[in-house]
Amino acid sequence: MRRDRSKRFLAAFATAALSVVTGCGFSDTGGGGRGQTLNWYVFNEPGGANEEAIKKCNEESNGRYNIAYRRLPTDANQQRELIVRRLAAEDSTVDLVGMDVIWTAEFAEAGWIEPWEGDRALAATEGKLEGPRKTVEYQDKVWAIPFTTNTQLLFYRKDRVEEPPEDFTWDQMIEQAAADGKAIEVQAAQYEGFTVWINSLIAGAGGQVVDEEGDVNVGPSATKAGEIVSELANSAAAPPGMANNKEDQARIGFESERSNYQLNYTFIYPSAAENVGEDFQKKIGWARYPRTVADMPSRPPLGGINIGVGAFSEHKDLAFEAAQCLAQPANQAVASELGGLPPTTESAYGLAKVEKALPFADLLRESIEEGTPRPVSPAYSDISLAIQKTYHPPENVEPDKVRDKLEDRLKKAAEGKIF
Amino acid sequence: MEATTAQPAATKAPAPKKAKITERARAERKLAYLLCAPALIAMLIVTGYPIGYAVYLSLQKYDLRFPDEKEFVGLSNYSDVLTSSIWWDDVLTTTIITLASVAIELVLGMAIALIMHRAIFGRGPVRAAILIPYGIVTVVAAFAWRYAFDPSAGFVQGTFLLGDDAAPLTERAGSLVVIILTEVWKTTPFMALLLLAGLSLVPDELHEAAKVDGASTVQRFFRITIPLMKPAILVALLFRTLDAFRVFDSAFILTGGANRTETVSILGYNVLINRVNLGLGSAVSVLIFIAVILIAAFFVKVLGTSTAQQRGEV
Repeated sequence: MRRDRSKRFLAAFATAALSVVTGCGFSDTGGGGRGQTLNWYVFNEPGGANEEAIKKCNEESNGRYNIAYRRLPTDANQQRELIVRRLAAEDSTVDLVGMDVIWTAEFAEAGWIEPWEGDRALAATEGKLEGPRKTVEYQDKVWAIPFTTNTQLLFYRKDRVEEPPEDFTWDQMIEQAAADGKAIEVQAAQYEGFTVWINSLIAGAGGQVVDEEGDVNVGPSATKAGEIVSELANSAAAPPGMANNKEDQARIGFESERSNYQLNYTFIYPSAAENVGEDFQKKIGWARYPRTVADMPSRPPLGGINIGVGAFSEHKDLAFEAAQCLAQPANQAVASELGGLPPTTESAYGLAKVEKALPFADLLRESIEEGTPRPVSPAYSDISLAIQKTYHPPENVEPDKVRDKLEDRLKKAAEGKIF
Repeated sequence: MEATTAQPAATKAPAPKKAKITERARAERKLAYLLCAPALIAMLIVTGYPIGYAVYLSLQKYDLRFPDEKEFVGLSNYSDVLTSSIWWDDVLTTTIITLASVAIELVLGMAIALIMHRAIFGRGPVRAAILIPYGIVTVVAAFAWRYAFDPSAGFVQGTFLLGDDAAPLTERAGSLVVIILTEVWKTTPFMALLLLAGLSLVPDELHEAAKVDGASTVQRFFRITIPLMKPAILVALLFRTLDAFRVFDSAFILTGGANRTETVSILGYNVLINRVNLGLGSAVSVLIFIAVILIAAFFVKVLGTSTAQQRGEV
């Protein structure tokens, strides 16, 4: 009996060890088919959309290639950390990279991804919405193919507040929510999502932090952004724990009925039905991102995933082909259906699957078209860190000093100093 | 080997007599060096090389994103770090966390060590129960504390400890308190274990004798237990201070360095891993390493800590 058990244990151990070894060596064929294995490093999409896309492309390749799903964490900072380590070490197993839209300039400048040239560049950008298309361009070259995109909408409680007018501003929203004694859910922890918010506020006042040449150029809109952040954080409309809230805390807060407004990505809509119920979901209305200043249209944030080809891959031609296959409209539609992620290809919005999955598809498309990218710079992560540190914690922001502080930090970042 | 280290004045053990080194002793010593060599070489490879490489990197301008701009810049990375207010702010934060957590751990750890030492029944279960926090991965423990203090999901809100809308992790003082509590909760068992080892070195006869002379429990604790345990206490403090100064996981999970709770290790992480600025980041790491060496030197030279005594080898 005893020996039996120890034998079984040994066998289990050996199997586990073996799978670890093969896992590291990438000698497995991933999807189980034949052909050249291409590793796709991309965030682990919980709805299963990436798996579906891989399955479809592996079938369509007729055994020429076989994409293996290498899952990265869902948090953008952690994804970048892991993939940057591989790319900086010139890892030849990185064939395909699922890149957050903010990485393009950094990866291109460092020579970690291959440019798309000629017909490939055309294939990558043809028929794409303008917002996502711009996120794959850097210094007049195309560096990836847009796969999915994302933007934030203003979700509100139809049963409690009136439909926001077209020129609804942050100031009006804060005033109204404070009067009602209900919160506005935002992302204000010190992390990438906070940069997303600040960047949209700054762009909404016509400003920027880095100009088209990539030089630091902080305009007066940084002050206006500081005013809004500080006003919300110090008003009755500030949600509990605001300075620590990310997307999920905002979602949970809205679902707990403590708030009338929420700025968030579209995943909160299916979640409302799953976590609270269909009745609650019916109470949710949506509108365009609020304005920073009354006389200028808002600039909603722009997110999403582009697919790039690793510069150190030994199978680049196949990888380009596979990237185009993965990013095809049919797969984008599946990503909408399973993951709630809006398509980057214009024509995909006409597909029945997308219309069904995204009842707010028209508004999304408008928001994406007019969305604001985050600063395009090879030192993006420094810029983002500088923005986060300058505006955090929200309740202590001093609007009249915030512009100088941000400029100072960004200059230090550009010089490669400590900030 | 420890027997040849300097004898601090704390213990009154007689100095070993200098014996003549015989032929045999010399051969044995040679064998000892040979036997130690593989371990020493392995240590050099896994610790010596990385440290040397970090020092080398810290003298370069080297950003992974701009590999073409790599050049030797001497000590300019160090002057960048040492002249920035961020570094000194982070040193202050780290020092606050270190001093507060180690002080609380010492008091709590001593109490727990006394309990473990005196436990009459259920010794095993008591020790196991006390050790559980130390066995939990720091990141997991930090997440537990973060969720406990989360305003929407946590259970601490609304209890007698905190008001309904308090959110300690959103402001500096509150965040520091939670980080310190997490550190204390997690590493007090380690402190207690080291102190327990020291307690078992205190001979019972001394207590008996003091009791006969009419010393009270408090007097015996402060006059007999503490002085005899001093080497053990110092070693425990040394280990914990070195650990605490490098605090990363709990602060990283709880606040991510927000609300001015950035510790020096988080600064190093941001520069090295997030900004992939290897030169500047290595300078930060080397400075942390130097700080740690200074702390160790202070304990060893000024307070006379010796790891040999703690193990009862003197």
